[in-house]
Amino acid sequence: MLAALIIVFREVFEAGLIVGIILAVTRSVPQRGLWITGGVAGGVLGACIVAAFAGVLSEAFAGSGQELFNATVLLIAVVMLTWHNVWMARHGRELAAEMRAAGEAVVSGRSSLAALAIVVGVATLREGSEVVLFLYGILASGGNSEASVFLGGVLGLLSGALVCALAYFGLLRIPGRHLFSVTSAMIAFLAAGMAAQAVLFLAQADILTAFGSVVWDTSWLLSDDSVLGRTLHTLIGYSDRPTAMQLIVYLATLAVMFGLMRVFAPEPKAVPAH
Amino acid sequence: MNRAAALVGRRALFPVVLLLFGFGSALAQSQYTNVEIVVKDKKFVPAELKVPANARIVIQVKNQDAVAMEFESKSLKVEKVVAPNGEGLVRVGPLKPGKYEFFDDFNLSNRGTLIVE
Repeated sequence: MLAALIIVFREVFEAGLIVGIILAVTRSVPQRGLWITGGVAGGVLGACIVAAFAGVLSEAFAGSGQELFNATVLLIAVVMLTWHNVWMARHGRELAAEMRAAGEAVVSGRSSLAALAIVVGVATLREGSEVVLFLYGILASGGNSEASVFLGGVLGLLSGALVCALAYFGLLRIPGRHLFSVTSAMIAFLAAGMAAQAVLFLAQADILTAFGSVVWDTSWLLSDDSVLGRTLHTLIGYSDRPTAMQLIVYLATLAVMFGLMRVFAPEPKAVPAH
Repeated sequence: MNRAAALVGRRALFPVVLLLFGFGSALAQSQYTNVEIVVKDKKFVPAELKVPANARIVIQVKNQDAVAMEFESKSLKVEKVVAPNGEGLVRVGPLKPGKYEFFDDFNLSNRGTLIVE
C-alpha cells in the first residue's frame, strides 16, 4: 500500500503544486472556481483518454509519440503562463483599480483566466495519465492484496490535494501588495522549468539532441527524488543533472518572459484613466 | 497576405514540421546501437544490458505483463510509460563508460543496470 501511495503521490505532487499556485494567482478573479475546476476536470478526462490510448500514442511518430505529446503539452503550458504574465503586466494595474467597480475588468480578466485553466488542465493531464495507467493496472489484475494497493493510490491522490491546499494557503499568507510580484516571478520560473523539462522529452524523441551532455551532477547534494528536490523541480525547474540544452532553454525562457513583460508593461503615465 | 492569414499559415505548418522530424528520426535510427529488454512477471529480462560507449543507444522495451510499466532512470534522464503488452523505444546517449541504473517506476522493486563500456 505504501509503495502505491508513494508512486501516486509523486505523480500528483507537481499537478497539486501548480493548481495551488494558480488558485492563489487568481484569488480575486470572479468565477475562477468554475474555470479551475473545469481545467482539472478536463485534465482528468484527457488523462483517461491518453491512458486508454497509451499503446497507440507510444507507437506514433516512429515510437516518439509519447515524448512529443509530453513536450507539446509542456510547451503549451509555457506559452499560456507567458501569456498570463504578459497580460497581467499590461493590465494588472488597471484591473486592480477597476476590479471593485466594473464588469469590464471581469470580462477582460477572463482571457487570462482561460490561459491558466489550460495550464491546470495540461498539468493534470500529463501527471494524471500515469496515475490512471498505474491504478487501472492494479484494478485489472484483481485480487485481495490489490485492494490495499488501490487504497494506497487513493491516499496518494488525497496527499496531492493536500499539497495543493498547502501551496494555496501558504501563498495567501503573503500580503496582498506583494502577492502579485511574487506570483509573477513564480510563474516565470515555473514556465522556465517546464520548458527545460520539454527539452528532455525532445531529446528522447531525437529532435533536440544538441548540447545533450550533463553539465553538473548535484544528486549527492540534493536529489531530484527527495521531497525538497521535487518541490524545487516543480517550482524553479531544479534538476540534479541538467543538460547544457536544458540550461540554455531555461535561461532563454526567463529572458523572453521578463523581456515581454517589460515591453508590454504600460508607462505609468500612459495608463488610460477610465 | 494579411497578418491573420500569415498566422494561420504558420500554425498549419507546425504539425507538418513535427511530422518531418518524426520521419527524420526514423531514418536516423539505422546508425544506432539497438538493444532489447523484456519485462515479464514484473522483472527486467535481462537485468543487465551491455552497450558501447559514445554511441546513441535505442533500447526497445517490450512489456509482456498485463499492467503498464514506466521505464525510468535518473542517470540516463529518461522516463517512458509502456502500455500493457506494448512496446516502447527509449533513446539515450552518447554515454560515458560506467554503470547506469534503471527501474520500473510503477513497480520500484524491479531494477536493472545498463553497463556502458
